[in-house]
Amino acid sequence: MKKNLGILGLFLVVFIATAFANPDFVNAYNLENLIRRASLYGIIGIGVSLVIITSGIDLSIGSMIGLVGTMLPYLLIEHGASLFTGLLAVVALSASIGLIHGLLITRLKLQPFVVTLCGLLIYRGCARWMTGDSVQGFKGNYDSLRYLAIGKIPLGTLPGIGEFNLPVPFLLMTGLAIVAAIFLNKTIYGRYLLALGRNEQAARYSGINTDRMVVLAYVLCSLVAGFGGILFALDSNSIQPDNFGSFYELYAIAAAVLGGCSLRGGQGSIFGVVIGAAILPLLRNSINLLGMPTTLEFAIIGVVILAGVIVDEVVKRMAAKRRAALAAKQASGS
Amino acid sequence: MTESPQTPLLEVRDVTKGFPGVIALSHVNLTLGHSEVLALIGENGAGKSTLMKILAGVQEPDSGQLLIDGKPVRIDSVQAAFDHGVALIHQELNLSDNLDVGANIFLGREPKKNGLIDKAKIREDSRDLLARVGLNVSPDTIVERLPIGQQQLVEIARALSVNARVLIMDEPTSSLSAHEAETLFKVVKDLRSKGVSVIYISHRLGEVKELADRVTVFRDGENAGDLGLDEINHDRMVQLMVGRDVSQFYVRKPHSPGEVALEVKDLVTPANPGHKLNFAIRSGEIVGVAGLVGAGRTETLQVLFGVEPAVSGSIEVDGKAVRINTPIDAIDAGLALVPEDRKLQGLVLEMAVRTNVGLAGLKRNQKKLGFLNSPQEGADTTEMISKLRIKTPNEQQVVQYLSGGNQQKVVLGKWLSLNPKVLLLDEPTRGIDVGAKQEIYRLMEELAEQGMAILFVSSEMEEILGMSDHTLVMHEGRITGKLSREELSEEAVMQLATGNVPQESVA
Repeated sequence: MKKNLGILGLFLVVFIATAFANPDFVNAYNLENLIRRASLYGIIGIGVSLVIITSGIDLSIGSMIGLVGTMLPYLLIEHGASLFTGLLAVVALSASIGLIHGLLITRLKLQPFVVTLCGLLIYRGCARWMTGDSVQGFKGNYDSLRYLAIGKIPLGTLPGIGEFNLPVPFLLMTGLAIVAAIFLNKTIYGRYLLALGRNEQAARYSGINTDRMVVLAYVLCSLVAGFGGILFALDSNSIQPDNFGSFYELYAIAAAVLGGCSLRGGQGSIFGVVIGAAILPLLRNSINLLGMPTTLEFAIIGVVILAGVIVDEVVKRMAAKRRAALAAKQASGS
Repeated sequence: MTESPQTPLLEVRDVTKGFPGVIALSHVNLTLGHSEVLALIGENGAGKSTLMKILAGVQEPDSGQLLIDGKPVRIDSVQAAFDHGVALIHQELNLSDNLDVGANIFLGREPKKNGLIDKAKIREDSRDLLARVGLNVSPDTIVERLPIGQQQLVEIARALSVNARVLIMDEPTSSLSAHEAETLFKVVKDLRSKGVSVIYISHRLGEVKELADRVTVFRDGENAGDLGLDEINHDRMVQLMVGRDVSQFYVRKPHSPGEVALEVKDLVTPANPGHKLNFAIRSGEIVGVAGLVGAGRTETLQVLFGVEPAVSGSIEVDGKAVRINTPIDAIDAGLALVPEDRKLQGLVLEMAVRTNVGLAGLKRNQKKLGFLNSPQEGADTTEMISKLRIKTPNEQQVVQYLSGGNQQKVVLGKWLSLNPKVLLLDEPTRGIDVGAKQEIYRLMEELAEQGMAILFVSSEMEEILGMSDHTLVMHEGRITGKLSREELSEEAVMQLATGNVPQESVA
């Protein structure tokens, strides 16, 4: 938990500052929207953090969301597929894509950046070609399914906020985060991922099937991205094949990095990633509410992330120095 | 003032250097004469590297003086060290191996003509410098195509290119083959005869005996003693380094070997497909594998442990044939490997002592659904820290902050927690200090006594002679001889290691 204090502090500072600057920020409608966006980003951030922990990367997440997001309504509405068939198809597709990524990376030793960059191009092209580039949607059907993305659970009136409803995606994200955190910290498989992300060779020499674990990480990442794609599609209901999900891989990666994952691998905290994912829509919301020019949006987000990463690095160096001094003391004292 | 022959070339006077929480050097003195090879020895943490960094301008002392030709000088940057003729050759070579030899020699000081690099001049000057270090390669050769020993000579040529009068060499032979080391010794002696002085840091006392005119010993950041040419012998050096008498350096007891624990029949490794390997180790027996670098010893251990698959042949553990295609198979069969490069292959350096000790046992100790068995991991770690006397503030200490000897003990702890039948050790004491070495030898004895079969590869003759019950000697991928305790001698090993095999004993 200690290592997440920095990101949590950043989140609280932006949150409180915005709340003071514009009272509209804490109204129920705004907060509900914010939580829903943050939860959706959190889901894909959790997925990619598993891959980043292996010192890999997945740049294809945005295009996967685009492909899954167009394919589901396309199958259900245009082709009249059953809900079961439609969901099975997109889940199987997501898992297969992850499997292919993993096998190319472990068997052919291709670089994750290259493999998933090609994926980014391929899946976007497939989505546009499949649908003839026409907008997809659920056309007023599947309301019970859409509940997963746009549903709200009334919590009654909260002080200072008003009538508040908890968005359902928050529950989904929380559930996923708990499972992922247990997987990463309490099972031998999570330990395998952390160890091989730091030193693949030492992990292999310790009897860990490193290739299989890397493939697993990519499959999980793609499955989660596919799940995210379904939710984003249910949420938006107006899916443009040419740009739906564009840049989302970068949001997911930024969330993971803000949350303490090192791109060098072997390090990451699910709680941190969840907060990191929340910071992105929070910043966007703040920029709007504080009346800053929205054209500056990307620049501001970029500067804040950079500042966060710099502070994190400085703190880490200080901690490392302290530890080294402690070890030196111990060695000379005994 | 004319320079009298008594004025030392370089003098370190009363130098002290501290880091947060530790005094690295306390009032140390050192003198280096003209045309002299001075060996600086001491255990890890004795302060050798700190002093070398001070001389090379990487760090500045807190107090004390540096004198060159009797005059006090300030060396506050690497450039200043160069200007005073002091150059450091790092243990890990500092070459850009994607560039050619000439470019490396003149890196950062390229001669220019019309604003562009004067390649012709680089080539010409490089040839002279390469000739001085006895290296016969073209300046246009890309460095990574050269064997490691020749790369080192390139680095020495670079030092000479700044007119270095003092060459500091930090563990220069640690990754060289015996033949390459011989070449290096020749170059060092040759430089000495041409007026260059050398400070030679090494853990290998045999080399020190061969090269040094004088020896200075550091212990715990202080001067522990100096030895003149006629006083340089193994026991005196070790005694000064560890500060106690070490007549019992190797703690051999007679072993009573049991059944055959590991038997290898007609094993063919991918590195040496032309040779079949046959040998056996009994439980309770320590078998050494001697040979020159490149003889195929590491490759053999790696095949036994499943890092590389065998081409053909069979492996039996406790009389049962086992198939070993991955380290997982090897571990399941009861084998363990302490690899040659502990930082790359043995440890996850950024992780805690506890995590590293537990790494190999994760699968064996797991609970239902793959949950970690934390209590078991904690108990194993506590046991190993006390059994192996790992010096660490606590079990959560990150391994990279431990000394080399303690890191090696963490690797050993990882495997001993699995209680293997056969322990494979690849250069188990490489780069660790004398005290930790002795502890590892004790441990090997203890494990053999408890019935473990131990196969260890070593490039240190004294270790082979001191520790092994039997010795296998390898040369160019084949086993050229098996020596019993009675047949074992330095000469017998060297004969076999260089391929000088008596007719009747060809395996």
